Amino acid sequence: MMLAANMFVGPEIDWFKISPLLVMLGGVLLLILGGSLTPQWKKGAYGLVGALTAVGAAVSTALLWRDLGESSPSTLLANALTFSKFTMFATFSIAIATLLAILVTSGFLVRENEDGPEIFALILCAAIGGMVMVQANDLIVMFLGLETLSLAFYLLTASSRSRSASGEAGLKYFVLGGFASAFFLYGVALVFGATGSTNIDAIAASLSKDMVLGGSSAMLLAGIALLLVGFGFKVSLVPFHTWTADVYQGAPTPITALMGSVGKTAAFVALLRVFTDALSSRSDDWRPVVFVLAVLTLVVGSVLAVVQTDVKRMLAYSSISHAGFILVGLVAAGHSASADAGLGTSGTLSYLFIYSILVIGTLGIVSVVAGKGDNETSLSAFKGLGKSNPVLAMGMTVLLLAQAGVPLTSGFIAKFGIIRAAVSTESYTLAVVAMLAAVIAAFLYLRIMVSMWLSEGTNSRDISVALSTRLAIGLCVGATVLIGFFPSLLLQFTNQL
Amino acid sequence: MSIPILTLLVLVPLVGATVASFLAKSNELLVKNVALVSSIATGLLSVWMLIKFPTGSAGFEFVSKYSWVSEWGISWHLGVDGISLFLVVLTGILFPLVIAGIDPHHDHKQYLVWMLVLEAGVMGSFLSLDLFLFFVFFEIVLVPMYFLIGNWGYDQRVYAATKFFIYTMAGSAFMLVGIVATAFLARRDIGHLSFDLIEIAEKSNFSSSTGRWLFVGFVIAFAVKVPLFPLHTWLPDAHTQAPTGGSVILAGVLLKMGTYGMLRFGVYLFPEAAVWAKPVLLTLAVIGIIYGAIAATMQKDLKRLVAYSSVAHLGFIVLGTFALTNQAITGGVMQMVNHGISTGALFLMVGMIYERRHTRVIAELKGIQAVAPIFAGFFMLVMLSSIGLPGLNGFVGEFLILIGSFSTARWWVVAATTGVILAALYLLWAYQRVFHGEPDEANKSFAEITKREAMLLSVFVAAIVFTGVYPKPMLNRIEPSVKSLLEHVESRSNYKQPEIKAGE
Repeated sequence: MMLAANMFVGPEIDWFKISPLLVMLGGVLLLILGGSLTPQWKKGAYGLVGALTAVGAAVSTALLWRDLGESSPSTLLANALTFSKFTMFATFSIAIATLLAILVTSGFLVRENEDGPEIFALILCAAIGGMVMVQANDLIVMFLGLETLSLAFYLLTASSRSRSASGEAGLKYFVLGGFASAFFLYGVALVFGATGSTNIDAIAASLSKDMVLGGSSAMLLAGIALLLVGFGFKVSLVPFHTWTADVYQGAPTPITALMGSVGKTAAFVALLRVFTDALSSRSDDWRPVVFVLAVLTLVVGSVLAVVQTDVKRMLAYSSISHAGFILVGLVAAGHSASADAGLGTSGTLSYLFIYSILVIGTLGIVSVVAGKGDNETSLSAFKGLGKSNPVLAMGMTVLLLAQAGVPLTSGFIAKFGIIRAAVSTESYTLAVVAMLAAVIAAFLYLRIMVSMWLSEGTNSRDISVALSTRLAIGLCVGATVLIGFFPSLLLQFTNQL
Repeated sequence: MSIPILTLLVLVPLVGATVASFLAKSNELLVKNVALVSSIATGLLSVWMLIKFPTGSAGFEFVSKYSWVSEWGISWHLGVDGISLFLVVLTGILFPLVIAGIDPHHDHKQYLVWMLVLEAGVMGSFLSLDLFLFFVFFEIVLVPMYFLIGNWGYDQRVYAATKFFIYTMAGSAFMLVGIVATAFLARRDIGHLSFDLIEIAEKSNFSSSTGRWLFVGFVIAFAVKVPLFPLHTWLPDAHTQAPTGGSVILAGVLLKMGTYGMLRFGVYLFPEAAVWAKPVLLTLAVIGIIYGAIAATMQKDLKRLVAYSSVAHLGFIVLGTFALTNQAITGGVMQMVNHGISTGALFLMVGMIYERRHTRVIAELKGIQAVAPIFAGFFMLVMLSSIGLPGLNGFVGEFLILIGSFSTARWWVVAATTGVILAALYLLWAYQRVFHGEPDEANKSFAEITKREAMLLSVFVAAIVFTGVYPKPMLNRIEPSVKSLLEHVESRSNYKQPEIKAGE
């Protein structure tokens, strides 16, 4: 017995370097244990703990970034996690998005009289899952992160007790998400079969060794295809997007914001890691497929967004269109032969960071306008907002213009980064398609703006905005304008990726 | 260090807009004063710049350059030369006139804030010497204009505003890709990534097929803005539905961003491609001239008539631009300013008619000359300038374009000249129907021009007559820049200007 125990040697753990995860975990434990062992806290106290946890994670990530300096990427926990500027930036993105989403959620739950620790604990769990996904250096670890994220999302989606649509959306999301996870896992298995490892570095090494032998094996190709399908569901690429509109509409609005930010960032960064790190030597095999997916996603997402009449559904389809835009960055990042492939990586991460802020701000305002019960999300609910609530309408306008990619907003910087990456790798067609899709999508944002400013108000409901929600929206709008005017604030970091 | 006057030209209206947006909505007078002060200050700055501008200089003056997005090689780079000089002055003068002279019907504060933002955007577009910066200004202009049309326009305003926004944005989509591609492809020749217009134009050496593709990307955006046939369909709607102030600005300066862009970012950046694309663009321009004129003749709505006349006039400018001779381009630049003055004034007066009669339908207006002779006199003079009567400003530009283009684009000029005749036809006919005859019941009470309106129009008329009689100061400042632009074109392509010494 003693002998057996001695033979197991645990990996060396650099506790500080996984501190963002640990901080988040601490927050979860505090909320679940503390919340269940003590009587109901004061209104908003749960949200405050959640928000402080996210701030803690963001701060510890920032400290780690500072310490990184010029050092090359390393791995943690026996090759399970990667520690680099890339992963730290993505982790930071997720921490910030979590913070903003928690602020919106806190105001929302207090309004709905549903304040409690569970929702915040689940949001933090989702964030941990997302962080593990973006840091994973092993496909199995990535799958663990993906499942943690997804399970938390299923519950969060169904968490509204007063709206039946919420439960329905949760079930739909669960069934389709389960399929997606299965696809992903099957893909991992086949890639393992073809390369003999699930470790991202090992897969890359094994594949680059095989290069001389010519074409890829059928098993590997099938594995890549299944991975792409799995990711395609998670980031909602056309034709794997059908769940998106229903789930976005059904979920409580702040949770929709969380899905659009944390969920999208985690899944896209993981996708980027797998395809440009592990499978970069096979980019000639997957780039054409991703190219077609990008065009489909851009066009279908934009066109379907325009014909919706519910703002949450509109934003769901617009998120699909944005996913197409980000995919353009992936195509550029996969252009491993070009010296400018790095522009694709940094462009994609900037886009995700900026988009997270935009989507939380936008949906934060939607959740406010939706009123008690979270039901008023049709386009007509926004009628006359410019008259009755000009500050809120102005904030929404800034965020929508940013999503449309109008200059002097962060959205333009995001789009420019992607176009820059596409053009630098000579994907002119894709760049033009992406920009034209953005124009189609602009029509949708204009529709919301028309409703707010140019239509006579039909309902003069009293709209009250909780302090935390106000803070979140203010931060989002402020960041949008600030990055728009001074892009260097963000670019000085993403340029190092 | 001297005062960065060009930066101020952009920032002063922006500061005005910011200050105004923080003022109380109810305090209309204060908001209006803030808007007036900042726009008049901008106007004075632009005039001061005009006075200080060294006549005969061909290069960029008053250049101010600061690093903006160093990570991407983008700088805040402004400069003015003979081509942009008068457009900047026109912008500087037109905005205070519009702000002082035309009141919106509601929401004064918002209206004025958007006007000032618009002014900053337009100024920036005419002054930018950095491709990225230019795009930012070119595109940001859409937002205030969208709200001006959508919020203060007429019945179909939402439709017109949306159409305007989407059309222009679609054009810009191509230009954005073009801009990025230009910067990346020029990187080889320059040595680093730069969006600087002068650096790219002087150092880059695109192969002819690359240059042509890039040129097409830019020209699509400008062709929408001008608008060039067949991309013009947004214009009649936008013009007709926009509030009077919006129409004046739209016709006066916004459309010029397209023709100016063609010169500055089309011809200057891609000389070889400009020579290559000449026949197509000339043809489209001439189609625009004739089509615009015919369509104008058929209009029942006075404002739509003026809008279509814009299509025709802008066709002349494009014709002059791509005829690629000193005289024609100088005439084109001149015509940009002239059209801004004359058509701006026409829209202003159509707005005055609407204020009085609440209709713009030509058939419902009659005999106004009998009840409002002074107003009719103003209208007559502005209209004649738009037709191109010698002695008024319209003639100088149009004549220079036609005579300058004759040597390089003979048959196009022959066709375009019919446009001059058609212009006389539709404008005079419209004048006859609206102003002549005996006024009927509804038109009997047509009020004579007010003092404020007369003062406003006098500024336009003064500019019309002065430039018409004595265009030399203007030409002297425009020509050197045009000459150096064409020298640039000749050194970068196998194009040679025919040697005709006319009038020199």
